[in-house]
Amino acid sequence: MTTAPRLDPPARVLVTKIGLDGHDRGSRIVAAFLRDAGMDVIYTPPWQSIAAVVKLATEEDVDAIGVSSLATDHLIVPQLVAALREAGLAHVGVVVGGIVPADEQPALVAAGVGAIFGPGASRDAIVAGVAALAADARAARDAELREQTP
Amino acid sequence: MDARWSSPDIPPALVALVDRLRRGEAAALARCLSLVEQGGAHADAIGRLIGAASGRAIVVGFTGPPGAGKSTLIDAFVGHVRAGGRTVAVAAVDPSSPISGGSVLGDRIRMQRHTEDPGVFIRSIASRGHVGGLTETIHRVLDLMGASGRDLIVLETVGAGQSEVEIAEAADVCVVVNAPGLGDEVQALKAGILEIADILVVNKADLPSARRTADQLRAMLTLRADARDTPVIETIATSGAGVAALAAAVEARAELPAEQKRARRLRRVRRLIAQAAGRAIRDRILGLDDPRSDAALEAALEGRCGVAEAAERVLRLLAYPAPPAPAGAPSPVTGRPDAPPGERSPPPSCPSVIPPYGK
Repeated sequence: MTTAPRLDPPARVLVTKIGLDGHDRGSRIVAAFLRDAGMDVIYTPPWQSIAAVVKLATEEDVDAIGVSSLATDHLIVPQLVAALREAGLAHVGVVVGGIVPADEQPALVAAGVGAIFGPGASRDAIVAGVAALAADARAARDAELREQTP
Repeated sequence: MDARWSSPDIPPALVALVDRLRRGEAAALARCLSLVEQGGAHADAIGRLIGAASGRAIVVGFTGPPGAGKSTLIDAFVGHVRAGGRTVAVAAVDPSSPISGGSVLGDRIRMQRHTEDPGVFIRSIASRGHVGGLTETIHRVLDLMGASGRDLIVLETVGAGQSEVEIAEAADVCVVVNAPGLGDEVQALKAGILEIADILVVNKADLPSARRTADQLRAMLTLRADARDTPVIETIATSGAGVAALAAAVEARAELPAEQKRARRLRRVRRLIAQAAGRAIRDRILGLDDPRSDAALEAALEGRCGVAEAAERVLRLLAYPAPPAPAGAPSPVTGRPDAPPGERSPPPSCPSVIPPYGK
């Protein structure tokens, strides 16, 4: 198992699918991985709109979002990242898992995606990647309260 | 130990956050809910900032066995409430794994009708090992949701068995959702969640045995001594059938006399105080550095007294802490300065008869 640091209360991670692809086997398996690593996983069915994901991430105050994409939906992830920023959720880590062609990965990273996991990615790698992004998000959030804004 | 702030010392960012919550901003409510979950100084400060402004909203609780259709019914019920123009907050509790501590919070899956409606705020909450169907922080969660100005709060318990009755204290109206075919008449007779119902629902009423289940529940109700007028409503959450009747019944029950409302709030406050006191005592006992408590520990370890009795003694030590150590000679027994002569140090051994549990 992984040695990634655990948050207390546990990391809150949204596992979802945006766009039109309905292949949700992968997202279910990843949800179980993260649960078994001690995280609180908020799971949705596929076919979520970007607006719905932003609303959900806001209400659930998630630390990270895992987007599963097996049929080109990764191409709208930059829109999701932009919408999150606009909603004041720039701290939330975004991970993409599934099929992302190598030549399309740099665009996602440039848009702000924190990690990309393709076929064959190990449980430990996925858990560690999500845990690290969630820990960063939590730290950024906690820092906000220390700011002495007027 | 956490730092405790007096009001002027609360970080301005936190004050601003709570102001935004009061104005109904969803992001601020969400953030405060996380901080309350985290506990500690921030949670206390939020509690103080919210103060008496909380708790105007009606809290409707839904409980019942796993798979009865609670989440789906809530989805339909919330739809009905929204059609009337009122805003809603939902707190949905799901179980945490006792093994990993993690969870999959899936109640939202059945609440897809409201994914883009800003008038519906849904928060998934992990039970984190709390037994009773809810969570330790649930009362604070409800207070925050109320303070954010939502008209109605819906509270969903984990799939409940027969003894998850905490919801009766947290909710103004308690709906117990049943599904057909989960048991016979004997189940309906048993003590537990059926007794706390203000409204009984038989969901999945399109199943053939639904009528019989509803009849059994009604029969059970006629046998009850307190003879409350508890409606039994048949619903089909997936089609919306019966949901209007349910909403009407909730409406009727929500009109509590002010006196009853106050009594319920008082019970809630009492529970919050008990929780806070329990945590404080636990922390102090774990951090207790007093040779007299070692004596109680050793007595319990060696079986000279029961744990309950040792606990009593340690509590007494907390109530009457050791005075500053006198400069006198060290105790011949412990090698440390002895307590002054008098009542406080425990006798060398416990009586062999342990008082009955709970005495």
